Amino acid sequence: MKSIWLSATALVLSGTAALSEEVRVYNWSDYIEESLLDKFEQETGIDLIYDVFDSNEVLETKLLAGSSGYDVVVPTGSFMERQIQAGVFQKLDYDKLPNAQYLWDLIKDRTAKYDPDNAYSVNYMWGTTGLGVNLPKVKEVLGEDAPINSLDLVFDPANMEKLASCGVMFLDAPDEVVPAALTYLGEDPNTQDTDTIARIEEVIAPVRPYISKFHSSEYINALANGEICVALGWSGDILQARDRAAEADNGVEIIYTAPKEGALMWFDQMAIPADAPNPEAAHKFLNFMMDPENIAAASNYIYYANGNLASQELLAEDVIGDSAIYPDAESLNNLYTKSAYEPKTQRFVTRLWTKLKSGV
Amino acid sequence: MNPRRLTLILVPYLWLLALFLVPFLIVLKISLSDTAIAIPPYIPKLDLSTGWHGITAFFADLDFENFVFLAEDDLYWKSYLSSLRIASISTLLTLLVGYPIAYGIAQAPEEWRPTLLMLVILPFWTSFLIRVYSWIGIISNEGLLNQALISSGLIAEPIQIMNTTQAVYLGIVYTYLPFMILPIYSALDKMDVSLTEAAIDLGCSRRQAFWLVILPLSRPGVIAGCFLVFIPALGEFVIPSLLGGSDTLMIGKVLWEEFFSNRDWPVASAVAVILLGILVLPIMLFQRNQERQQETDR
Repeated sequence: MKSIWLSATALVLSGTAALSEEVRVYNWSDYIEESLLDKFEQETGIDLIYDVFDSNEVLETKLLAGSSGYDVVVPTGSFMERQIQAGVFQKLDYDKLPNAQYLWDLIKDRTAKYDPDNAYSVNYMWGTTGLGVNLPKVKEVLGEDAPINSLDLVFDPANMEKLASCGVMFLDAPDEVVPAALTYLGEDPNTQDTDTIARIEEVIAPVRPYISKFHSSEYINALANGEICVALGWSGDILQARDRAAEADNGVEIIYTAPKEGALMWFDQMAIPADAPNPEAAHKFLNFMMDPENIAAASNYIYYANGNLASQELLAEDVIGDSAIYPDAESLNNLYTKSAYEPKTQRFVTRLWTKLKSGV
Repeated sequence: MNPRRLTLILVPYLWLLALFLVPFLIVLKISLSDTAIAIPPYIPKLDLSTGWHGITAFFADLDFENFVFLAEDDLYWKSYLSSLRIASISTLLTLLVGYPIAYGIAQAPEEWRPTLLMLVILPFWTSFLIRVYSWIGIISNEGLLNQALISSGLIAEPIQIMNTTQAVYLGIVYTYLPFMILPIYSALDKMDVSLTEAAIDLGCSRRQAFWLVILPLSRPGVIAGCFLVFIPALGEFVIPSLLGGSDTLMIGKVLWEEFFSNRDWPVASAVAVILLGILVLPIMLFQRNQERQQETDR
């Protein structure tokens, strides 16, 4: 029964593929300049079907279920490390990716930690996890010397108690928040030791009552329209909130800071699933996105740094010149990376996260 | 039995077999497996390709470690209990809102009823997700409701509704209201008007006639409506994740976390099997009760 259905769908899919070629891309939400999608279709004549997600967990589950139907996906490096082991991806054919010559060695070296030799993936964007602050509101609540560039802002209960009145959101992603809390404790943010990880409860439990929600995408709008005044979130998302607020001209002024104690640096990588229906077109899409002009347009729009060195001279001044997006050499040293948790540690972290969020 | 009759009886059973029993057995099978880093992320213990040997090996090797794991951590039973509570309270609230509406429609002039019923069904024309999402625009701190209340001077600070369990009740009542109204309406509509008239002629006040005659006769509609709301509300995931707070504990969210965050399909499947067990028991009891009642009615 099942195989009949599968072959029937396969027949339908191959039938449509013969009519017009398709490539299916699965990327993070709010993560591209949309005119690039039309440009790709015009240049290649391939129909681009673009779909979005807002958590690595959702992407990973689709990939592990198999036959996701996507040709290009964009997982974060630490998740990808494990997905490569599971055999989710196919090796890239660099002969079909001439634009790979423009990639930035500095980023390639760092992503090789997750994907040795970058055999399966190329970098799309990278960024940091840090603090989004509605400056006037936070100064009103905490005074002029509010610690806006320190984890004290969100992990010191005295500050959080006051901030609760104007709203605080955290990412609903233990992979991001746990390392931040460990950094605050002075521990290794990359530790796999469950006893050490358990100590983050000392940090998060006291401030938990003052956090209005854990969510990984709502904070963009919530920051922009003034519903919250502080978010622990992803750099570019917070900078997008800054721009939306500036456009709305609603008295909200957002800034992003990478905490001085150290911040997590992450890499979103473009990769091709092993069972991609159209790997040929997937390579074309990757090559298109590695064209310095295109990736620069994307960065200029979404305020994330990319791993393409040649694109840097095409970037707008408020992107390349902003140290929140492209940190200077010294700040780069203050950024740490994180590897995937082992299954046992992962279960412990998820359970601890549920406990911290819901009290059970 | 003639073949036509047999086919007619077979159709619903085949339906149940293909859409309920087979998927359930697949989930049950996964719940007895071990996790792995692979596609799919578990090692199946039942290997049918080796025939009878595979089946005996499966039973020899059978363990319920995933179910034992669920029993050991209080997160799971607390989530089941919390889901049961939220589903029960929302069902009751939906009944309190839905019954008067159904009663009003049944009492309305004949020519109005199709229009009124249409209005009840109309929201289904918009996506469920969008309708739940739009509540965020109404009840958030910067939302329409709080803005209206603040500008009218009734309150100074916005009321926190968004991201609370109350918002989940609101979302469930709003979403499932038609499922409550329609069966109650159909029970009330079938009722003979002369029964109420007789009750009043025999000395009942209008209120007594309602409590003694109308309400008991509409009971099948009320029970059907309650089940249609309670069952989907128990496993609800979308409403608590959009409107609820991080501390709103529901089994649908726990299931999501096992499946997505832990990538532990076997434990997620075990959670789903128990959820089904919780749901199947009351449904069977309900059905037995109905049958017994029909027999006594004769």
